[in-house]
Amino acid sequence: MLDSVIFYFFAGIAVVSAALMVTRRNAIHSAIFLITTLLATAGIFLQLRAEFLFISQIILYVGGIMVLFIFVIMLVRLDVPLPQIRSRTQKWIALLVALAVGLEAGVVIWLARKVPGQGLLIPNAAPADKLQPNTEELAKALFGTYLLPFEIASVLLLVAMVGAVVMAKKRTDA
Amino acid sequence: MSPMLHSILAFVQTWWVELLCAVLIVLVVPLAASYIVLVERKVMADMQARLGPMRVGPHGLLQPIADALKLLIKEDLIPDNADQFIFWLAPVLSMTAVLTSMGAVAIGPWFQVARDINIGLLFVVGVGALGPFGIVLGGWASNNHYSIIGALRSTAQLISYETAAGFALVSGFLLAGTLNVRAIVETQRTDQAWYVFLAPVGFFTYLIASIAETNRVPFDLPEAESELVAGYMTEYSGFRWSLYFLAEYANMIVVASVGTTLFLGGWLRPFSNVRWLAGLDAAPTLLLAAGGAYCVFRAGKQPARVQSMFMWAVAFGCFVVAVIFTLALPFSHLPLERMHDGLYGAFWFLLKVSAYIYIFMWLRFTLPRFRFDQLMRLGWHILIPLALVNVADVGIALALSSEFGINRWVAMVITTAATLGAAMLLLHWNDKYSAAASAALLADSSIAEDTHAG
Repeated sequence: MLDSVIFYFFAGIAVVSAALMVTRRNAIHSAIFLITTLLATAGIFLQLRAEFLFISQIILYVGGIMVLFIFVIMLVRLDVPLPQIRSRTQKWIALLVALAVGLEAGVVIWLARKVPGQGLLIPNAAPADKLQPNTEELAKALFGTYLLPFEIASVLLLVAMVGAVVMAKKRTDA
Repeated sequence: MSPMLHSILAFVQTWWVELLCAVLIVLVVPLAASYIVLVERKVMADMQARLGPMRVGPHGLLQPIADALKLLIKEDLIPDNADQFIFWLAPVLSMTAVLTSMGAVAIGPWFQVARDINIGLLFVVGVGALGPFGIVLGGWASNNHYSIIGALRSTAQLISYETAAGFALVSGFLLAGTLNVRAIVETQRTDQAWYVFLAPVGFFTYLIASIAETNRVPFDLPEAESELVAGYMTEYSGFRWSLYFLAEYANMIVVASVGTTLFLGGWLRPFSNVRWLAGLDAAPTLLLAAGGAYCVFRAGKQPARVQSMFMWAVAFGCFVVAVIFTLALPFSHLPLERMHDGLYGAFWFLLKVSAYIYIFMWLRFTLPRFRFDQLMRLGWHILIPLALVNVADVGIALALSSEFGINRWVAMVITTAATLGAAMLLLHWNDKYSAAASAALLADSSIAEDTHAG
């Protein structure tokens, strides 16, 4: 009972603030609503007892990436309204993407209904009284079972980072 | 009864201890923070050979309360062109982040709100990392150049130093093998060593980074009053301003708690494994009794009767707490040992946190402020590489002791030496680099003029 209340609470916040984030004109307001969405998602992770995911969501997305977003937004002049980019095809592409996402969500919900005992709308949480060895399990999976993909992904990120530094450097030299 | 109300009641019944702890934290942390301000003023006065606040209450003991009252009844201004909502939200955000992150801090073995969370210390650090939002948003919403420059400086600084602090914490986590606060302290008991001795480089990196994270001298550029009036707080007044101020000092408590838990043995008594040093358990009683006796001694010398009465009251409080500690002492081997552990654990923890905060104050009245490029260079060119090398070296030391059976202390000494060697190299390169950089800086005439003007 309490679990589902908490779930709908966070889910509601996430959806409403996501909608607000898209519709705000002020970029900082959008950023704040994006932060709210991310925090609400973190709350859902916590409700599922995925503590490590909860804190990495907060540290990485909210504490790291969003601070950088706001940093950049503050450096951009906001009192000058940006010229709106409108093209004819944009509307149709948007409609197509929305339909595809809606279809996907519908299929997932429909498939989940067919599996007995597996609620999808209200996720099954692990028992609250047990200490979940989340961090240990994740570490075992990442550094044991999936070591190679993990390392490849990190090399990829490193390449991206070095590339970004090199590109930025070239621009200042010119 | 509706099922909703029923489940809420069940929730309260299950978690009433935690709820009580949470309420206590929300009540006590702001009070403690405001008293840290008084202590800081007293320490500053002591170092500058003056008396400090002496007027409100005996020895200025009621000064924080007077300050709080003053701030509460001050006019609360919001600039016309400010973003009203964010201006309102920002200080609240700062304070909420700090108070929430206190929730996972263990003040003694029993006083902790979120007890068995797997991520433990990471929660404290991660939620505490939301505090900068308050600063950034407040600075932006004020619509003031000083504010926004202060906010930008603080963001850049916090992002830089959080990385170093994070890696420094990783070296401690590697030693502990867990993130759970209580397990970290317990492993320090079984390892018979505080991790400051096993990973000294990690501790000092964290110490420096934590000073930078709390925006204190020598890293207080976000609110450098000679350059930026008051930085991000320029437009704030009254209660909102005091929220920022409290959040800043409460954040000191949080970073000190994290450092204490991971590196200084948390609530463990010094030498907790040495039986013949059990006499150290008398320390809290003696300390409090000495404090009470001093208050009695000073009570007769107060100028006003009210003041000496107040002094008597403080002395009485000290004696009562001392008696409680003494009464709890014999319980260390009885079923009531939880009470003993909780009381004495809280005492040692708070003593270590106070010592940590005292270092902050000591540095504040000793060192001049950094220039911004110096601050960035220290963060990115020295602290972050050093912390990275330290993580690798601690890992190597652990592997040496577990795989090759080398004594842990020997392994630690070798790898710490290696880390320090790396630090020397970093400093050497940095000197060479910074000489070249300042030459380039001087060559650029516009910047040269700027530095002369500043």
